[in-house]
Amino acid sequence: MEAASITGGDRGLLSRSPLARFPDRALKWGLTVLAGLILVLIVYFFVRLFDESRPAFEQQGVFAFVFEDNWNPGAGHFGALPLVVGTLITSALALLIGVPVAVAAALYTSELSPRRFRAPLMILVELLAAVPSVVYGLWGIFYLAPKLHPAEVWFSETFSFIPFVGGGIVTIPNCFIAGLVLAIMILPIVSAISREVMSTVPPDHKEAALALGATRWEMIRISILPYCRSGIVGGAMLGLGRAIGETIAVTILIGGSTQMVQNLFGQSNSLAAVIANEFGEAQGTHRSALFACGLVLFVLTLLVNGIARWFVVRAGRAAGPPRAEEHRTGAATAALAADTAAGA
Amino acid sequence: MSAPGGAASLETLGRLAVSPGRRRKDRLARGAILTATLLALVPLVLIVYYLLRKGLGAWSSDFFTTDPTGSTFFKNSNIGGIKSAILGTIEMVALASAIAVPIGVAVAVWLVEYGRDSLFANVVRFFVDVLTGVPSIVFGLFVYIVLIVGTGTSYAGWKGSIALSLLMLPVVVRSAEVILNLVPNGLRESALALGAPRWRVVGRIVLPTALPGMVTGVLLAVARAAGETAPLLFTAAYTHETTTNLGSFMNSLPVQIYTDVTSPTPRVVERAWGAALTLVLLILVLNMVARLVSRRSRLA
Repeated sequence: MEAASITGGDRGLLSRSPLARFPDRALKWGLTVLAGLILVLIVYFFVRLFDESRPAFEQQGVFAFVFEDNWNPGAGHFGALPLVVGTLITSALALLIGVPVAVAAALYTSELSPRRFRAPLMILVELLAAVPSVVYGLWGIFYLAPKLHPAEVWFSETFSFIPFVGGGIVTIPNCFIAGLVLAIMILPIVSAISREVMSTVPPDHKEAALALGATRWEMIRISILPYCRSGIVGGAMLGLGRAIGETIAVTILIGGSTQMVQNLFGQSNSLAAVIANEFGEAQGTHRSALFACGLVLFVLTLLVNGIARWFVVRAGRAAGPPRAEEHRTGAATAALAADTAAGA
Repeated sequence: MSAPGGAASLETLGRLAVSPGRRRKDRLARGAILTATLLALVPLVLIVYYLLRKGLGAWSSDFFTTDPTGSTFFKNSNIGGIKSAILGTIEMVALASAIAVPIGVAVAVWLVEYGRDSLFANVVRFFVDVLTGVPSIVFGLFVYIVLIVGTGTSYAGWKGSIALSLLMLPVVVRSAEVILNLVPNGLRESALALGAPRWRVVGRIVLPTALPGMVTGVLLAVARAAGETAPLLFTAAYTHETTTNLGSFMNSLPVQIYTDVTSPTPRVVERAWGAALTLVLLILVLNMVARLVSRRSRLA
C-alpha cells in the first residue's frame, strides 16, 4: 500500500488503471461470447431442424420413418428405408474400394517411394480433393458411367447367380457408379490421415524390424500397420462421414428411384440425394419429411464423425511420446488438420 | 538393404540372405502397393484430360461475357455463356469469406490465447469439429428454415453466402488454431514482460506472426466454398441474369453446372463442361496460392 500512495491511487505500482484494463477484459469476454455463440448456433440448428421435421415424424412415427419401406410422396407415405439403405450401400462400397487404395497410397508415399517423388505424389492425391462434387458428377455421368456400362453388364451376367449383384437390369446411373465415384472422393482424406498417422511411427520400430532382417513388406506389416490401425480406422470413418453426406455427385449418379434397391447395378437413392431432387417442388408433409431426412443424415454423420475422431485422437495419443504433453495432442491435431485441409 | 560387402564370407552371406519365398512375398506386396497408388492417380488424370478436352471446346470469346439465356429448345438458338455464374460465385464467396474469416480467426484466437485447455474450450473445439462433419446440404436446409421459412422471404444471394460461411467456419477455425499454436510462447512472454497488455500482444505480435500461415487455411476454405453446390440450391437458387444485388436470386458456377448436367440438350451439357473447367481452374489457382503462401510462412 505504500507503493500505492506514491502513485496517488489505491492500486499497486505495477497494476494498470481500470480504464487501461478495459480493452483486455472486453477482448476476452467478447471472444468468449463469440465462441459460445457457436454452441448456441448448433443447438438452435438442431432444434429448428427437429421442429420442422416434426409433422413427418408425427404422421409416421420416428421408428417407422426410418425403417418403413415406402417412400411415396404422391400418396403421402414417407418411409425412408430405401433412402437409408441406398446411403449405406453406396457409402459401404466407397469404403470397400477407397480405403485399401488410400492406405496403399499412403504407405507408398511414406515408406516405399523414392524421396523425390514423395511431395509430388502427395500433392497429386490431394488434388482429388480440390475437384468439386458437381464436377465428379458431370464426369461420372458423361464419361465413367457409359465407359463402364459394358463391363457392368458382363459382370452382372457372369455372376448372375450371386443375389443382389447379378441378374438385374444394368442402368447407366446406378448404385455401383455412385459408390465408385464416392470412393474416389474420399481417397484424399483417408490417404492424408493415414499418412499423417504413419509419420508418427517411431523410427526405432521400423529400424528394429529391418535390423532383425525383415523385408520392407514385413517391416510394414510388423511395425507400421499395427501401430497405425486405430488411426487408419479413424481416417476411414471420417471418409465414411463424407460419403454419407455427399450430395450432388450422388444425386447425379444414383438414378433417383425411390424404390428399395434391388441390385447393385440398379438405380437407387440416398438421403442427401432425395433432398436435392425433391425439395424444389415439395410441399407440406413432403417438405417436412425431407427436413426429417436431413435430420437423420445429420445424426448419422454426427455419430460416424464422433467415433472417427475418437479413433484418430486415440491414435495421436498412443503415438506421442508420453513425456511431452504438447506433442501428444500435437499429433492428433496434425491428423485432424490434415482432415480439414483435405476437405478443401 | 544392401548385401554385406566383399569382406563377408560366403557362409555369412547365405545366412543373411532372405529366403526366396519371403522375397517373393515382399516383391508381390510392394508391387500391389505401387499398383494401388498408381490406380489412385488414374481418376485424376482422366478427369483433368476430359475437363480440358471438353471444357476447352466449349470456351469461346463470348462464353465468359454473356449470360445463359435459357432458350435451349431450338437447335441454333443462342444458349449464352456463364458470366452471371462466375460473377455470382465470386460475389457470394467474397461475402461468405467476409463473414466466416473474422469470426473464425476470433474463435481460434480465443481457443489459443484464452480458452486453452479449459473444459469450455474443449467443448467449443468439439462443436467446431461437429460443424466440420455436417453435410453441406444440411447447412442449406438450416439456412432455408431460418432465413426463408423464418422470415417469409424468398431466395437471395446473401442467404447463399451465409450457408457457405457456415461451411467455411470450421475450416478457418481449425487451421488458424493450428497456426496460432505454432507461434513461439517466447514472443508472447517477451511482449508481456515489457508491459504490453494482452490485447496488444494478440494484435501486434501473435496475429502478424501467424498471418501468412492463416492465409493458407483461409484460401483452402474459400476453395472449398467455391465448389459447393448443395448449400446454394435452396438458398441462392438459380437465375440467368448477372446481378450485383445480393438480395435477389443469384447464379453460381456449381449450380449452373448442376442445372446444365440434367439438360437433355448436348450443347447445354457442353456449357457445363466449360463451366466445370472454369470452376476447377479457379479452385486450383486458390490451392496453388495457398501452397505457395504456406511455403513462405516461417511457422509451418
